[in-house]
Amino acid sequence: VSAVAVLKGGRSLERQVSLRSGARVEDALERLGQDVVALDVGPDLISQLRDASPDVAFIAMHGRDGEDGTVQELLEILDIPYTGSGVVACVRATDKVLAKHLMIEAGIPTPEFFAFSETAFRELGAADALPAIEERLEFPIVVKPSSQGSALGIKFARSASDVPAALVAAFSYDSRVLLERHIDGRDLAVSILDGEPLPVVEAVPVGDGFYDFEARYEIGRTEFVCPAELPDGVTEQAQELAVRTYRLLGCSAFGRVDLMLGGDGELTVLEANPIPGLTETSLLPQAAEAAGISFDELVGRIVELALERAPA
Amino acid sequence: VSTSRDIERYAGLFAARTRVMKSSAMRDLMAVTARPEVISLAGGLPDTSTFPPDTFAAVAQRIATESCAKALQYGPTEGLDETKTCIAEVMAAEGMRVAPEDLIVTTGGQQVIDLVTKTLIDPGDVVIAEGPTYPGAVPVFSAYQADVVQVDMDADGMRVDLLEETLDRLERDGRRPKFIYTVPSFQNPAGVTMSQPRRRRLVEVAHERELLVLEDNPYGLLRYEGDAPPPLLSLDGGVYVMYLGTFSKILSPGIRLGWVVAPPPVLEKINLGKQAADLCTSTLSQLMVQAYFEESRWRDYVESLTEVYRARRDTMLDALADHFPRQAEWTRPAGGLFIWVTLPDFIDTTDLLARALRDNVAFVPGEAAFLDGRGRNAMRLNFSGSDEDAIREGIRRIGEVVTEQVELYGTLTGEHQAVQVEEPPAADDNVLQLPKRSARSRRAEGS
Repeated sequence: VSAVAVLKGGRSLERQVSLRSGARVEDALERLGQDVVALDVGPDLISQLRDASPDVAFIAMHGRDGEDGTVQELLEILDIPYTGSGVVACVRATDKVLAKHLMIEAGIPTPEFFAFSETAFRELGAADALPAIEERLEFPIVVKPSSQGSALGIKFARSASDVPAALVAAFSYDSRVLLERHIDGRDLAVSILDGEPLPVVEAVPVGDGFYDFEARYEIGRTEFVCPAELPDGVTEQAQELAVRTYRLLGCSAFGRVDLMLGGDGELTVLEANPIPGLTETSLLPQAAEAAGISFDELVGRIVELALERAPA
Repeated sequence: VSTSRDIERYAGLFAARTRVMKSSAMRDLMAVTARPEVISLAGGLPDTSTFPPDTFAAVAQRIATESCAKALQYGPTEGLDETKTCIAEVMAAEGMRVAPEDLIVTTGGQQVIDLVTKTLIDPGDVVIAEGPTYPGAVPVFSAYQADVVQVDMDADGMRVDLLEETLDRLERDGRRPKFIYTVPSFQNPAGVTMSQPRRRRLVEVAHERELLVLEDNPYGLLRYEGDAPPPLLSLDGGVYVMYLGTFSKILSPGIRLGWVVAPPPVLEKINLGKQAADLCTSTLSQLMVQAYFEESRWRDYVESLTEVYRARRDTMLDALADHFPRQAEWTRPAGGLFIWVTLPDFIDTTDLLARALRDNVAFVPGEAAFLDGRGRNAMRLNFSGSDEDAIREGIRRIGEVVTEQVELYGTLTGEHQAVQVEEPPAADDNVLQLPKRSARSRRAEGS
């Protein structure tokens, strides 16, 4: 029996999802017979962790602080083993711009993009380069903040007149944003557990008519199919790309890589999530279940991996 | 094709109506506004700290000695006569006469919206609402699968001319709305008040077309200046107008006490719905109101609230003029709890809220008040729930992020003069029209 501190909530914009992930993890850990302390992460985190002195911390946080290496750094200082990826992998994966540069360097296909900081526009006149970028990427163009984990702030610019407002929106979340070529195709997600890919999940928008970019992020407007029904060889290819991305960024224990399957049959990697959601409707638990791994087993395995990694 | 068991386990059990009760990014954002370090101008909260604890103790004592057993017992579905007498007194203060049998005591005003919608709406039926409308009514209409058609407003409230056009259009399509939902005084969220001529015309339209109107009047007594136009109910005589009242803003939202006045056949159906929902409204709360009305002068308390809120409104209006860029426009409410701000259309207030939360300040994004995706460049600000220092600081912080975004947009579009532009481009007909006065001229008027 281990004492497990479940870290959840926090100040991130994904607080709600994190609270749901955390509650579900707590239930699983209790069923597994562990001693569970739940911590809603706030200014007293360090003293709470010192008081609890857990054997391991389960980080059920998404977005800022929990997924970007901050909490991991604090746990390193306190010498508390924790679940999931380490500091460096979190930093690399959360920064979409950095992650995409690394992918390009490693020969992993990712949609073409340009990234700018707010100061580039304010001080270097980067706006003058927008027409050239628009010509290169072709409309529609996806505009998104570099570090926001969820769908917040992601805009779909259909013409040049949409771009400035889309940039203003994206800059609400981060001082760096990227403009990315839109891939028209199928949304795939490959979850990874201990370096091994799980069955591919496809997100399929509900209903017909014009494909609504924003719809895919709304519960009830998207259905998930697992395992995804894909042409021969595509599943293996997607899984291989996902595992390469996961390794490239230095992820460990678990993670999720999001890909697009373009109309031309080409796969591209969009991003990697070091701490994907663990709620009832999240993709990692669905993929694990499709592989015959129950949620409790998944949580148990993630804790084991954290303890194995910890220096004795 | 196999989907995960976890989803399938429950998916087949959900009613069709839950499909429209969807979770949104905005709702997740709103959850963050509850943190203690956040100055929240997002709530709709009255300031209950102004209520004298001695009065509360006296009220509780009185119930304990005089009506303990009764307070702990079930009561009639329609409510206690003692409470109805108090309600009649509140309504008389706004120029309405009602008899106890004309009304039902409910669990807050919110229950009235639910019961009226439940009573009148089949899936797909049309409800007419103002655009923007009370954000709390949106999930109710959605849950009953109503098709909500929103009619634009201006500084004089709902545009009744546009309402008539809308009704004509619906009629041509063979659709007849069941009821019109309106907050005519100090509207939530727009803060505007329907003018007397429009009120008269609205009641005429209801009679001509045989349509019900639900007049939601939670704030009527919280007037900070000017004379009150007559309630729709008094103009109509109770034929087509249903009336929603509440103690939430004049006494306490915690006691969950509201009421509904409706024509007898409608009231009978509402009564059946109420029976099914919760049998009766809290007897304890009802007796507390009765004891409170006997114990003290309720109008004095409303008067004291009015003083407090008027000062807070003035503080917020001044702060807006000081800190918001000229492209922003806002309403100047003569009462109630809210100011509605319209920003240039390149600003999405849901994204702006994410930015504002980094500076620990919150508001309600305008999209919460629309069912059709409009309102994305607007926000609702509440001035009743924060003290004047918090209001000043909160508005300063929001003003800073708005200015930042206006400037950034100017940089991005090459229109570096954007911040100096005097008049925003004329709004098209589909956009909410509210008073256009520049921040500067508004300031000169004084408040």
